[in-house]
Parts: sequence; C-alpha cells; structure tokens
Amino acid sequence: MDYLQLFLELAQSTVRLSTPLILAALAGLFTERAGVFDIGLEGKMLGGAFAAGCVAFVAQSAMAGLLAAVVVSVLLSLVHGYASITQRGNQIVSGVAINFIVAGATVILGEAWFHQGGRTPALAEGARFQVIELPFAEALRGVPLLGPIYAELISGHQALTYLAFLMVPASWWILYRTRFGLRLRAVGENPGAVDTAGISVIWMRYRGVICCGILCGIAGAYLSLAANAGWTKGMTAGKGYIALAALIFAKWRPVPVMFACLLFGFLDAFAIRYQSTPLPLIGKVPVQLMQALPYILTVVLLAGFIGKAIPPRAGGVPYVKER
Amino acid sequence: MGELAIELKGIDKSFGLVHANKDINLKVRKGTIHGIIGENGAGKSTLMSILYGFYQADRGEILVDGRAISIRDPNAAIAAGIGMVHQHFMLVENFTVLENVMLGAEESWILNAGIAKARAELKRLEKEYALEVDPDAVIEELPVGLQQRVEILKALYRKADILILDEPTGVLTPAEADHLFRILEQLKAQGKTVILITHKLREIMAITDEVSVMRRGEMVATRETDKTSVEELAELMVGRRVLLRVEKGTAHPGDVKLSVKNLTVRDGRGVTMVDDVSLDLRAGEIVGIAGVAGNGQSELLEAIAGIRRAVSGNVELNGRAIDVTGHADPAELRQRGLAHVPEDRHHIGLVLKFEESENAILGYHDDPQYRKGLLLDIDAIRADAEEKIRKYDIRPPNARLKTANFSGGNQQKIVLAREMERGPDVLIIGQPTRGVDVGAIEFIHKRIIEMRDQGKAVLLVSVELDEIRALSDRILVMFAGRVVGERSPDASEGELGLLMAGVEGPKEAAQ
Repeated sequence: MDYLQLFLELAQSTVRLSTPLILAALAGLFTERAGVFDIGLEGKMLGGAFAAGCVAFVAQSAMAGLLAAVVVSVLLSLVHGYASITQRGNQIVSGVAINFIVAGATVILGEAWFHQGGRTPALAEGARFQVIELPFAEALRGVPLLGPIYAELISGHQALTYLAFLMVPASWWILYRTRFGLRLRAVGENPGAVDTAGISVIWMRYRGVICCGILCGIAGAYLSLAANAGWTKGMTAGKGYIALAALIFAKWRPVPVMFACLLFGFLDAFAIRYQSTPLPLIGKVPVQLMQALPYILTVVLLAGFIGKAIPPRAGGVPYVKER
Repeated sequence: MGELAIELKGIDKSFGLVHANKDINLKVRKGTIHGIIGENGAGKSTLMSILYGFYQADRGEILVDGRAISIRDPNAAIAAGIGMVHQHFMLVENFTVLENVMLGAEESWILNAGIAKARAELKRLEKEYALEVDPDAVIEELPVGLQQRVEILKALYRKADILILDEPTGVLTPAEADHLFRILEQLKAQGKTVILITHKLREIMAITDEVSVMRRGEMVATRETDKTSVEELAELMVGRRVLLRVEKGTAHPGDVKLSVKNLTVRDGRGVTMVDDVSLDLRAGEIVGIAGVAGNGQSELLEAIAGIRRAVSGNVELNGRAIDVTGHADPAELRQRGLAHVPEDRHHIGLVLKFEESENAILGYHDDPQYRKGLLLDIDAIRADAEEKIRKYDIRPPNARLKTANFSGGNQQKIVLAREMERGPDVLIIGQPTRGVDVGAIEFIHKRIIEMRDQGKAVLLVSVELDEIRALSDRILVMFAGRVVGERSPDASEGELGLLMAGVEGPKEAAQ
C-alpha cells in the first residue's frame, strides 16, 4: 500500500475519533475556566448520546436527536451547577455522582423503552447525520498529492466534525475577545474581583456550566448519530476522561486542546489500525497497552515535559463572600 | 465647612450573634481625607462593605451627596461614585493591568472597542494623578505597591468620586506607603473624597483631615485631626489609657547566648540576601534589627531558626554550633533553647484550621507532658492552652475555637505564648506586632521586655522603626543583606533612616 494512502487512512480516522474529544474538552474548558471543575463530562456525553439515540429513533430526525442530546446534557450540567455553585458542594463528588447515575439510568431506561439489551434501535439513514462531501472533492481527486488530501482528509466528514473544529477558533475568540470570555476567565481566577466589579459570580459560573452542557450534548449526539447508528451502553468508553486529560495537557487553552485531542485521537486510530499487525522491532503490541497510551502519555508529559499545568486558581473552590 | 459626600444614619448590622455595627452615624465632608480608625474587629470593614454594597445593613440610611440611596450591590455603589480598594486586592493575577481595569466596565460585548478607550483613559488618569503603570503588565509580575495603584485606577476608571481604602498600607514598604499618601493628597487636590481605614495611628495623624474612631461596633468619636493627639485616639480606640511607649529599665547583658559569624544566605533564585553578617546576642538584652523590608532580615531569621539553609558562616547557640549550612533541625534547636516567632504567622506560625489548643503546642507536641504513650493527651493540651489563654489574655477565651476565627493580635498572642512559655534561652522574633491592635501591641511589648529582664536573649526584627527604637538595647541596621551600622536606641530617627536607606553616614547625607 502506498504511504500516502496509509497516511490518509490514519489521518481520517484520527479526525473522526478526535471529534468527540474536542467537543468534550472544549466543554470542560468553559466550565473549568469559570472555576467549576467537572469530572462529569463522561456522564453528560453518555446522557446526551442516549437522548439523541432515543429521540432520533422516535422522531426519525437527526436534528431532533441533537436537540434532545443538548437539552439532557444541559440539564445534567445544571444539576452539577446547582450542587457545586448554589449549594457549594464538592465538585468532584457531584461530577462522579452524575457519571454513575447516567451510566445506570441509561441502561435501565433503554431496556424499559426498547427491550434491545443495552442499546437503542438501529437508526435508519434519515435519522442519522450524513457525511458531507465538500464541493469539487471528486473533481479534484486527480490532482497529485493535494487532490487526495482534499478529497479524503478535508472533505467527507460529518457536519458535527466540522462544527467541532470550528468551535476551536470560536472558543478562542469567545474566551479572549469578548466581554463574556473576559468575565468567565476572571471568575475562574479570582471570583472576588468579579464580585466587587459588580458582576454576579453565580450567574457567570452557571453560564460556564451551561456552555459545557451544550458542547457535551453535541459530543454525545456525535457518538450515537454520526459515529454509530444508535446508542449502546457505555459507548463513551472513557472519552470524557481522555478529554479531561487533553484539557490539562493543553493547560486549559483552546488551540492546544485541539492538538492534544488530535494526538489522543491518533493514538486511538493507531491502536485500532495496528491492533493485530506486528510492528517492526516491537512485534505485536497488546491492544490494552495501546488503549492505555493516552493516560500513560498524560502522566509522563505532565510529570515533566510540558512544564507546570496551572489550573484556574479558583477552580474547585465554591465562592463564599468573606465575612 | 463644605458639603457632605457621605452621611450614614443609624447603620446597624448583625451577623448571627455578632453585632458588628451598632447604630453608626458618620459624616464625611467632600474633598477631605477622612480616617476611620479602630482595632481589628471594631467593625470598620463591615461598615465600609455596607457602603460598597457587599452587605446590606439591617437598618439605617445612606446619603451620598445629600441624597438618600439604597446600595444593594457593588454596582449601585459604583453608580453612586463610590470606589473601594480592598485590603486583599481584588485583582485577577494573571490578567494584564488593562484587563483588570476593564473587568465589569467593558463598554460592549466585544472587547476591542473598549480596549482602545480604556487605554486612552488610563493614559489620562496616569497624567492627572501621577499614577504610572504599564497597562500591558501582568499583575502577578508587579510589586504590591503597583498592584495597589491598579486598584485605585480601577476605581477612578469607574468615575469614583469617593474612594475607600481598607488598610492600604498593611502590605506596603514605608517608601511605598509614602508614595501612596502622595497619591491620596493628589486625589484630594482634585476634589475627590478619600476614606482611609486603618489601625495605624501614625497614618491617621500624617494624612487625614478628620478622623472617626470605632470601638466594638460603635462609632465613639469624630475629631479634626489637628485638634487631637495620638494618645487621645489610642485611648478612644481601646477604651482605656494606653502606653504607646513601654517603660523599660536598663539592660544587664550577660554571656553571649547566640553568636553569628560571617553568615551568608542566598534565596531560591541565587540572589545573596544575607551577606557576611556577624552579630552577638547576649543574655538579658534585646538586639533590634532595623531595615526596610526585603533587605535580608527575614532570611537572617530563617537561617538562624534552621528553616533556611545558609551558604556559609557559623552560628553558635549557647556555645555549641548550629549546622546552619547543612541540616539544622528546628525541632532540635527548640530543645536546645531557641524559640522562634516567625514573621509570617499565617504561613509558618500557625495552622489556621486547627483549634487554638492545637496551635498552642505546635512544634512541642512530642513533649512528654502532652503525650499519653503513642497518643496525644488531649486533656493536658487543653488545660495547657487554657492556662496560656488566661496568662496572655487571648480573646475569645476558648481553646477549642478554630484559630482562623481569632483576630490578628490574638493569633499573634497564641504564637508568643507558645514560644515564650517554654522559657527559651534565645528568642528570635520577626514582626511581633504586624497586623496587631494598639492594645495588644502594648501587651506584646511588655512581654518581650519581661523576657529580657528574666535574662533571656532576644533578637528582634521589625520594619516598624518605632518598635525597634522602643524595645531594643542595641540596634543593628541592615541594608542590602549587610549590617551597615550599630546604634544605640537613642539614635535619632533621621540617622537610622539614612542608614536604612543605604546612605553610609550622616556626613555624606548632609551634602
């Protein structure tokens, strides 16, 4: 097989596998930059995926599924917000609780409603998102080098994939070029400064949490309506945690978040592609090791190679007015 | 005399059982600097927080420029032209000056438009009030004095006519404090009204036009500053006569207890902070180390106490060497009769989340008297704590209260009680009265002199020159890591000040 073809194949699946990671990591970015840590990305994504699978099947519409995913995910994030902002609870405990509740509740509800043993019914074409072919993809295929790259790598992805990659510069712009972004970053660093400037700390944090819910919902919908044809139990398979790792890895900045997610997506693609092929010099690598690589990499890189990843200073700390 | 910028009528506020403000009346004239003085916990900060909309008063009325208004939140205060510089700066540390100034006053939802305007406005304010600061500097890289300036700029940017400063000099060096006062004079000259909250009498006398005194939640008096005296204000604050200068007899120095020879200490960045310092400390004397903060006094104390490793030099305690360049062990030094009251009680003197009784034995917790086999003898510890509370008049007298809930002065008394009550041969004390009320200062000074009279050797570091002069039997002045001179406590403030500024002798300075 020629190398270009091999590269394109890996690159394309890297993009596909990175999409939910990017959406989820950006989701985490918005809430954590506002000072609310969220270990519940996984649960929100799974809840979103489930809602999307159910509603898309019933309504036979992918858009309805996407909407349902966003609504469910935002509701879950509001639960997290209520616990950690209004009630000043422990953010880790609240996030973990959401993960557990969703993991269990989706299976129970799915079985009760569809009786298919931990899955929603397979979706027909019309109820799923379709691949978008960019204009001239086929016409340009003949152009050497650039043609296949355009046709295979740039074109031919899900709309949600394009959305995910567009969200990267959009998040950067929101964070660094708008009033909302300035206040959001400030509230995660020193809520006292925001409060004394006459801005509601609580409302700012809720807005960060809601942004997180929206993006997690889209990530979930991508899993069940684009990458697959329906929801299966536990289909997030740790992607929420990988997204968190990518977020730390990227030091809570949008563009590095994209690269970190691409790296993790690539490791995943590589693992799938070569899970049974012996590699030169190394031989056959156990697939479990490949799957563990993102985590190992995070630990190793955080331990020394990328310097200190300083989280938002007020992260994880409920805001209490000083007495 | 001029119209009123602010008038408070019958402000009353309780937090649970604590009656923080009792029926407060206050009149602040336009274009003046009005001081509000009182001990920690007298209710000054609560009152100002009510004025700034942080808390709501239970009762009472606020008039700004003669109009009664309700201040529900900081927004309303800002709209009424009130700005506040908080004791702990309300700045986002990794934002630039410009971003901090803009936060909450951004003009529109896209930042760009506002940035240009803010930049121009900052330039104008800089010119008008001599408040230079680089708008693109990141806050955490600025010295505290400049950070405070950013807080002032924030208020002015929001068109504040009335500026409240809450204990503004607590974190400043004397030079920075002087600069701040010049800025305040400038603001006054431009017609702004300044309210200065402090517990330092000197500052009140130096800069205010009028002063109001608070005590235990009540406004007890308002005076014109030039018609009152430090003594009168101190008495009003504490509610009894206070000795601002403690009485002390002559010293009878004995044997050398602590001997430091050619000690050199570098900080984490490799900068030499203590440079070849030698000194002897004798039984029955207090040696004061004067100097502007940051000239190596802190590092000197820490090296002697075994907390910071020295590069070279010898230190002997009671004639036996301390391994200051190797592994001096603070616990062992304590056993050998060296007690240390650290400069920063919050970081290394106390564990604020612990009960008072736990802090009262911290570092001595392995002593047999506090132990029952492997376990701590809680009853003995509490009894010991109650003894110290009684002896040092620590308030509230509750050994089980979390240490964070004590005022600064009482926290300092907890540390002093712990270190003094073991009867050490050598006591080294850093900033004994930083953030401590007038009443407590008197007490602490008395205790330090008592220690000396019992034949203990005391090494005292303080940035308060008055304190050094009041307590010391000999004064060493440090500048840029070196001891640049030794003087008797009778030396004039001017002479010591010149030494502290690094000017070698009075002769050169005269030219």
